[in-house]
Amino acid sequence: MTDPVPTTGCRTAPVLKERGQHEVFCGLTSILWLHRKMQDAFFLVVGSRTCAHLLQSAAGVMIFAEPRFGTAILEESDLAGMADLHEELDREVARLLARRADIRQIFLVGSCPSEVIKLDLSRAAERLSAIHAPRVRVLNYSGSGIETTFTEGEDACLAAMVPVLPETDAKQLIVAGALPDVAEDQMRSLLADLGIDNVAILPTRHADDVLAVGPNTRFALTQPFLGDTHAALERRGARHIPAPLPFGEEGTTLWLQAIAEAFGVDQARFDAVTAAPRARARRAIAQAAETLAGKSVFFFPDSQLEIPLARFLTRECGMTALEVGTPYLHRGILGPDLDMLPDGTTLSEGQDVERQLDRCRAAQPDLTVCGLGLANPLEAEGLRTKWAIELVFTPVHFYEQAGDLAGLFARPLRRANALRLEAAE
Amino acid sequence: MKLSVWTYEGPPHVGALRVATAMKGLHYVLHAPQGDTYADLLFTMIERRNHRPPVTYTTFQARDLGSDTANLFKTACREAYDRFQPQAMIVGASCTAELIQDDPGGIAEAMGLPVPVIGLDLPSYQRKENFGADETFFQIVRRLARPCEKTARPSCNLIGATALGFRHRDDITELTALLGDMGIDVNVCAPYGATPADITRLGAAWFNVLMYPETGESACRWMTRELDLPCTKTIPIGVGATRDFVAEVAALASVAPRLDETRLRLPWYSASVDSTYLTGKRVFIFGDGTHVATAARIARDEMGFEVVGLGCYNREMARPIRALAKEYGVEALITDDYLDVEDQITKLAPELILGTQMERHTAKRLGIPCAVISAPVHVQDFPARYSPQMGIEGANVIFDTWVHPLVMGLEEHLLTMFREDFEFHDAAGPSHHGGQATPRPGLDPGPPAQAPGNIIWLDDAEKELRKVPFFVRGKARRNTETFATERGLSEIGVDTLYEAKAHYAR
Repeated sequence: MTDPVPTTGCRTAPVLKERGQHEVFCGLTSILWLHRKMQDAFFLVVGSRTCAHLLQSAAGVMIFAEPRFGTAILEESDLAGMADLHEELDREVARLLARRADIRQIFLVGSCPSEVIKLDLSRAAERLSAIHAPRVRVLNYSGSGIETTFTEGEDACLAAMVPVLPETDAKQLIVAGALPDVAEDQMRSLLADLGIDNVAILPTRHADDVLAVGPNTRFALTQPFLGDTHAALERRGARHIPAPLPFGEEGTTLWLQAIAEAFGVDQARFDAVTAAPRARARRAIAQAAETLAGKSVFFFPDSQLEIPLARFLTRECGMTALEVGTPYLHRGILGPDLDMLPDGTTLSEGQDVERQLDRCRAAQPDLTVCGLGLANPLEAEGLRTKWAIELVFTPVHFYEQAGDLAGLFARPLRRANALRLEAAE
Repeated sequence: MKLSVWTYEGPPHVGALRVATAMKGLHYVLHAPQGDTYADLLFTMIERRNHRPPVTYTTFQARDLGSDTANLFKTACREAYDRFQPQAMIVGASCTAELIQDDPGGIAEAMGLPVPVIGLDLPSYQRKENFGADETFFQIVRRLARPCEKTARPSCNLIGATALGFRHRDDITELTALLGDMGIDVNVCAPYGATPADITRLGAAWFNVLMYPETGESACRWMTRELDLPCTKTIPIGVGATRDFVAEVAALASVAPRLDETRLRLPWYSASVDSTYLTGKRVFIFGDGTHVATAARIARDEMGFEVVGLGCYNREMARPIRALAKEYGVEALITDDYLDVEDQITKLAPELILGTQMERHTAKRLGIPCAVISAPVHVQDFPARYSPQMGIEGANVIFDTWVHPLVMGLEEHLLTMFREDFEFHDAAGPSHHGGQATPRPGLDPGPPAQAPGNIIWLDDAEKELRKVPFFVRGKARRNTETFATERGLSEIGVDTLYEAKAHYAR
């Protein structure tokens, strides 16, 4: 561990709870990375033109590469009578499957409009599963803005998969959370070196990959936003391994350590496996930390990654966290990270964006982590920003990415130093 | 229910946002669930605006449903007014709020705010973005504009430019200068840059210039009727259209027509010998109705292209586009399904596509040159440099933009002449297509191509075909095979190749 900062932690610290305008994405957005991870799945949003437009805006150029997601746009005639709607949905799914023979699972993703008109997508999923079995399995979950914020869409999706997993008595580890392939492979390799071989990942890359759950299953989370998945796995008898999230050298080590302890790996072996990558990670972080040390950071709520990232930036990069906003705070999952966050850090849950902007302007942080709707306006006000959504798409977990992670935060500050725009006039 | 991946237009409340963001001193309170704020980033990222769009979202959540969403709306309205002190407000519902039926207009009116509050009724499940913009601006004008004393000097309003409009920023600059040359002042430009106070004095102008019918037509019609403001019909995109526009404006303002053409270069560039190779290039045009109609005229009359197909995605313009297609002797394609557009392009096999961001990607997939002429567009089509579409400079910009993706005449000639040269070999591609250059492949001629059915290419013919420049070789091959099939030939020799060439010669 790096020299521990004297702290009593934030586990019991009061949290500023706010409600008002939330400047956040809805859960539908998580489809954009989930569909890359599950290569034979199709995500069919049942929603409005707004939902389709959101996916298109968030997907940027990705929309053109035969994506495995789409929106069944509700039209006026659909809102007139309900029976009709199920027939329409069946027809659209049949057409989709006729065109895309490679699809093995379909997720019917609920949206605000479909939730408000109380379209029963779980019944539709059951019916469609029966029609298209055994080739295709149809599941459903909600990614609506009224129920989910951004990454919570992944949680809802994974939680929907847990109840239909087969039962097993085998002693095994499930790691939940969709990771970029490169990070997932590094994790598998580290766990294998520790002697933990029976490892399954939720979500699996293909519908046919074996994944079962049972009373001898232990599970770890690589993402903080998996509250419902956590609960669903526990309902199936699996037990959680609490740990800080694997960001940075310290986070990755503690995360692996918790699993090693749960599986009885001896300390000598643990040290032997982790020593070299830990040293590499520390060296890589040190470079970016030169820019970051002594700087202050302010987090707007976005992905629930804010608390573990603030822990990484404060402890490993020498930054000060002024306010750490999160859309939702799950203490059961984030307890270990909260313990390591310096006491006195302001935590906020939920959002009233205007009031939070007032606080941010008053605090004048060196770096503000926020969404794309706020980033350019804040830059124009003279604040340096790091747009948050990149942290969800870029490989940032585990040792080899620790330097890249710190680099993501250092780059805006380095750029601010590099630009000499005033002199050019 | 209709399965969709790409949409040409957003929902109507995004159109309202485009009007609100274009204006100053106006605030929009949108009854919408958490997540609908995604629309902010269209303005802050694609258009690179340096401030947040002037909109407050009520952000209702599941737990609010059925109880206090109406109160939530009221609170949001009150706080937005207190914080931003706008001159006027617009209020409305997004698609989800439309379903819960809180009536934002009615609620806001009952609150007795000290500024005009304009309720918007935008049917999300029937209409789209352009309608939303047009309707919103119309409602603002109807509520705020009043008859007033005309300006002493000839003046006009510029109507229809919005936020997130394709080149709206520079079109305004170009038209303002063009009108200034004729001694005509711009009274108000709206919605782009206008305040609600500006809207109240629209009536002081002598006439309206309707820049973009998609987003300004309803307001212009109302002003013609209620404020006695005539309105221009010509959209000044292209040389001919700009000249017509000047004549139309001169008549409306009772001034002499005057157009400073000293900087106009399109006519000479198009007449110069290097442009001869543009003659009869087959072009397909798709986008919003206005830009398609103006592009068709430029393509045929000012560039010498052959328009082989045209269409638009906004059904509000279906009628004029159908009439236009008839005039050009082609079939109009009115659709908002990009797969229909792709099918049509595949069928027509044009040599150039003029379209939207979506057609740019379709063109990339099909290997056809393409230029963007219409929204929806991506961040690169909100350029830092001055690049209008309208007026004199607009014509210059359009010439460059459309010709750029094509192989230049001289380059085409060189490629043919030196095709055995290592720098000009077939796989190198034109120099400005970027990133395609590959080393010259080995001397292996590769397997002879096999025609569909039982037509065989003889070796000599195959060799001769290789001498045809690579960018038209595919067409030559297809034509020859079609020619052979029609005549029941089983083999293609050099003679067949040249007979087919003569048959298809234009």
